[in-house]
Amino acid sequence: MAEQIRKAAARGKRISGNNLLLLITILLFVAMYAAGCVIYGAKGFTHFQTFLNLLITNAGLLCVTCGMTCVMLTGGIDISVGSLIAMDCMILADGMTNKHIGAIPLIIFVMVIGVVFGLVQGFLVSYMQIQPFIVTMAGMFFGRGMTAVINTQQVSITMDSSQTFYAWANAKINLPAFLGYMGRRKMIVPFIRPTVIIALLVCVVIALVLKYTKFGRVLYAVGGNESSAKMMGLNVKRAKLEAYVLSSVLCSIGAILYCMNTMTGAVTQAKGFEMDAIASAVIGGTLLTGGVGTILGSFFGVLITGTITTLVMTNGKLLSSWSNILTAALLCFFILLQSIFAYIKNRATR
Amino acid sequence: MKNVWNNFKKNPLFLPIICMILVLLINLFKDPGFFSIGVKNGVLYGRLVDVLNRGSEIAILAIGQTLVVAVSAGTDISVGSVMALAACGGCVVLTGYGNTSVTSVIAPIGLGIFVGIIYGGICGCINGAMVAKLKVQPMVATLILYTAARAVGLLLCNNQISYIRYEPYKYLGNFFPGCPIPTPILVTILMIVLAQLILKKTSLGLYVQSVGINSRASKICGIDSEKICFICYVICGLCAGVAGMIASSRIYSADSNNIGLNYEMDSILAVALGGNSLAGGKFNMAGSIIGAYTIQAITTTLLAMGVSTDQAPVVKAIIVVAIVTIQAPVFRSWLEKRRTEKKLAKEAVV
Amino acid sequence: MAQEEHVLISMKNITKTFPGVVALDNAQLTLRKGEIHALMGENGAGKSTIIKCLTGVYERDSGEVHMEGVEGNIHCHSTMDAQNIGIATVYQEVNLCPNLSVAENLFIGREPRTKLGFIDWKSMNKKAQELMNRLKIEVDVSETLENYSIAVQQMIAIARAVDMDCKVLILDEPTSSLDDNEVEKLFGMMRKLKERGVGILFVTHFLEQVYQVCDRITVMRNGKFVGDYSVAELPRVKLVAAMLGKDFDDLAAIKQEGNAAEKNEILYSAKGLSHKGTIRPFNFEIHKGEVVGLAGLLGSGRSELVRCIYGVDSQSTGTATMEGRPIKIKAPIDAIKAGFGYLPDDRKADGCIAGLSVRENIIIALQARNGMFRKIPISKQNEIADTYIRMLSIKTASRETLLGQLSGGNQQKVILARWLATDPKFLILDEPTRGIDIGTKTEIQKLVLQFAAKGMSVVFISSEIEEMIRTCSRMLIMRDGEKVAELDSANMELTQENVMAAIAGGDSK
Repeated sequence: MAEQIRKAAARGKRISGNNLLLLITILLFVAMYAAGCVIYGAKGFTHFQTFLNLLITNAGLLCVTCGMTCVMLTGGIDISVGSLIAMDCMILADGMTNKHIGAIPLIIFVMVIGVVFGLVQGFLVSYMQIQPFIVTMAGMFFGRGMTAVINTQQVSITMDSSQTFYAWANAKINLPAFLGYMGRRKMIVPFIRPTVIIALLVCVVIALVLKYTKFGRVLYAVGGNESSAKMMGLNVKRAKLEAYVLSSVLCSIGAILYCMNTMTGAVTQAKGFEMDAIASAVIGGTLLTGGVGTILGSFFGVLITGTITTLVMTNGKLLSSWSNILTAALLCFFILLQSIFAYIKNRATR
Repeated sequence: MKNVWNNFKKNPLFLPIICMILVLLINLFKDPGFFSIGVKNGVLYGRLVDVLNRGSEIAILAIGQTLVVAVSAGTDISVGSVMALAACGGCVVLTGYGNTSVTSVIAPIGLGIFVGIIYGGICGCINGAMVAKLKVQPMVATLILYTAARAVGLLLCNNQISYIRYEPYKYLGNFFPGCPIPTPILVTILMIVLAQLILKKTSLGLYVQSVGINSRASKICGIDSEKICFICYVICGLCAGVAGMIASSRIYSADSNNIGLNYEMDSILAVALGGNSLAGGKFNMAGSIIGAYTIQAITTTLLAMGVSTDQAPVVKAIIVVAIVTIQAPVFRSWLEKRRTEKKLAKEAVV
Repeated sequence: MAQEEHVLISMKNITKTFPGVVALDNAQLTLRKGEIHALMGENGAGKSTIIKCLTGVYERDSGEVHMEGVEGNIHCHSTMDAQNIGIATVYQEVNLCPNLSVAENLFIGREPRTKLGFIDWKSMNKKAQELMNRLKIEVDVSETLENYSIAVQQMIAIARAVDMDCKVLILDEPTSSLDDNEVEKLFGMMRKLKERGVGILFVTHFLEQVYQVCDRITVMRNGKFVGDYSVAELPRVKLVAAMLGKDFDDLAAIKQEGNAAEKNEILYSAKGLSHKGTIRPFNFEIHKGEVVGLAGLLGSGRSELVRCIYGVDSQSTGTATMEGRPIKIKAPIDAIKAGFGYLPDDRKADGCIAGLSVRENIIIALQARNGMFRKIPISKQNEIADTYIRMLSIKTASRETLLGQLSGGNQQKVILARWLATDPKFLILDEPTRGIDIGTKTEIQKLVLQFAAKGMSVVFISSEIEEMIRTCSRMLIMRDGEKVAELDSANMELTQENVMAAIAGGDSK
């Protein structure tokens, strides 16, 4: 027995490739943030509020990435998220500003759209066995096109559109004052918005679902080995369908948070968002082949992509397209890392 | 007569031609003016000419996309962005960095076009390396350039639209002086002839199909599957380069945000409409090209009906989903089952 | 017979046909309580088909299956049905999820829950550890499965089956990727389960193992039941004879003219050739116009050796010469350029390009050798295709028919034609006659002898000893990735008895 325990301990010390990926991600985030503090210290990068702003601007992305992680765990992918956000934002903005519908019915409507969207995509992927990429690509163009069908103009949400929505979006939740710093005249207390709380709540719930429910574990099993999962008597098709529904629903929640942040609806909104979400998940250690990935990792992935954007914006001189390029480059790098790890693992087992 | 019809039904061009006829019929009833061709200012004029002219880019992209689909059972979704990058890359050579509007060029036009196409080729190399060597799923690999290529294009043009108000630059996308046929049509014919020559004179076509159907067996037959896959992606990139230069010349500018927008969808749709299976293997280039013009006819019809360019993707997304569902083996076996059941029921009644 | 009372499963008159093939022809199988029962047979014998009929992967056409404690004739429609009545299967490729922990793999789908309905990891790990301790498997149940060796994974798969209360455990070639130590562990576990009254059906190709652990043996051949023997009364040689059969057919008419060829110069020779994991360093040479047979049971390394020679699998060590000059083969194209041809044993996965036409399938290797830019003109392609369709009498509607629409035997002929078209000096045929009708078999054997007479060197692999003895002038016998014997017709050594004794190994008398 003692030997057994010793063996287990020895095994515990060995860091598996997947944990190493997560470690690299966290270190990368720390390094990037530290570099930002050093280079842009004068521009206020060191303030705690900068970090909180990171969360505020990326609350929507956080939700979407959680959904994306679930889909990617099954070995699939969902590239319709960016367009779905644009469509949802347009429904909210156009509904409130031009059609004067209340915020709450609209939010419910948006959530229903998320469910329907997910059901259709999930059905085509799991029961019709069409490649997820083709299905969600069609979803992507459908969403973008529907946005234009609703309204081709840019619509802003103002105080007049919906007071409730406006109030929610602008609510500040102050953190304890000692975290603040002295501004020019008065104490500046760091704050977050309700969106951050919702996003973090979503993260926690999804993390718990993945760890402690049968549904969550089946997602991992499907990604690990689909035919094995079938052999073990798990309902693979249903799990996949549910994953896509979950992705679209979380995307709708993300869209509401995103809308509270931007307060507009426009056809070109959230362009390339699918890329950010996929990049965040992959950077956070989710394998493209499925079966491996954690919400914690995806959280740090979002922080990294967010930091890239913030750094590019803080610089001020760099073009905004740099953040796209850097995210893509980082995604490329992590895909490379994944391939190398997979190669090493294959050689080790051979 | 029935015999002829049955033979035609078996022909691989059945689906694309029927679709084409369907679209034309709709136009015939709605607006017979669709078919009138006239001559204005010494050049051809009319809706049909318009379809052929505007469809050029899609047709050229479809040539490359067909090969990619056949060899890797995946699609290259970066073609639209690569078009934008090629346009920007080519224009920068002609205008110099940072100039928004020039009336004379600083390099020969031919060099600019050549550089643009080379940019396309480089993008193809990147995609090909990711798919063939690193074994990344084709769509994830091309997703990277889908976002990054457009952003790099913006960088090259210093985040602006560079106009080349220099008459000879417009030749490629409009008319050569004295020639009544729009140049893009001529270029497309050239590309199609080139593609046919390559397929007829070399055994690339056979290799591509063989690798797409069974890459293990192809390897045993002495075909370097990875190399063939790589070549297809490079060809696709080069095609995107050519299409990008035409699109740029049409509007005599490099507009990275709008050139090639939604063209990835159109090119994939062209391949699917051409009767090619998105699951790879056998391909039919002629079908893809007819498919490309069918797409353009649909777009033109939609535009004539007052649907905006932003809204058109909705219809196309629905067509894509319909086609892949019909192609899906699950759906086919379900249909087969229903047919036999009906037959049995009939027999039982008798 | 006292044993009759303990019959757990009896399958009788099982017939299963696939389009064009009778996979099972009145087969039968009896499994008793607390015994380890070996199911043996060469490729295409119907072992896996009968198992799949039992576990519900396939539905049988006719026949009866009875199981102790279950009423009536059993029809399983899915593996789940089979599991529910207590029939569990563990395959060679482990059917578990490598990315989950050991405990999860044991309990997924039936995890212990807390009062709130969440998964109770603590009690799941505890239960899993208890189960592992009981079966004496040393693992940390919270560790990810992929960190353990295949052997341990297999034992965990068995543990899962056991814990789900199985009465019948089917082990489908579980030992093919295990080393001796791991095999011993697995056997220990099997014996323990046997004591608990579980009936174990053990499919394997390794004779040694059968004699180590099994009580009874059922032998199958060509979809038919050959016999049910107790291990004690069936010596190795008889087992091999039962497995390989002696169905004499009209092949006896073939003359052994090719065999008489005297030794010409050496065409190809390899020294110290090996592939990590499958082939131990191997010396091989073949003369011009010689037909060399490679014999051995499946998994002995016969197919792996030729794959290695041809460059499909990489050569870990070794050097080779072709016609006296050293050659380095890194990929099949190198081999083709040197004048090799290789007909793979897995026709569907490695041979057929089903979506291409007969013509394209015939010329593709020749085209690959010529290179992409020297396309064979269509008229020439047609000529080549027609020549071989006539020469091998391939039954096809036209040369443009898709290969996938042809019958198995004709597909095989097309693939043979593919290599003949390249006019090879050295032709490797791995199971060219498997799964095809007797007539075609004869034709292919005659062809092999004709080629040899024209100076072509041929390596011939088959699971049918008769066939090899008739066609080969020299045979190499392989076992466990090594050459164990070499028999030459010149010394009159090439007899069925000698070959079988060499294949069986051990104390064969």
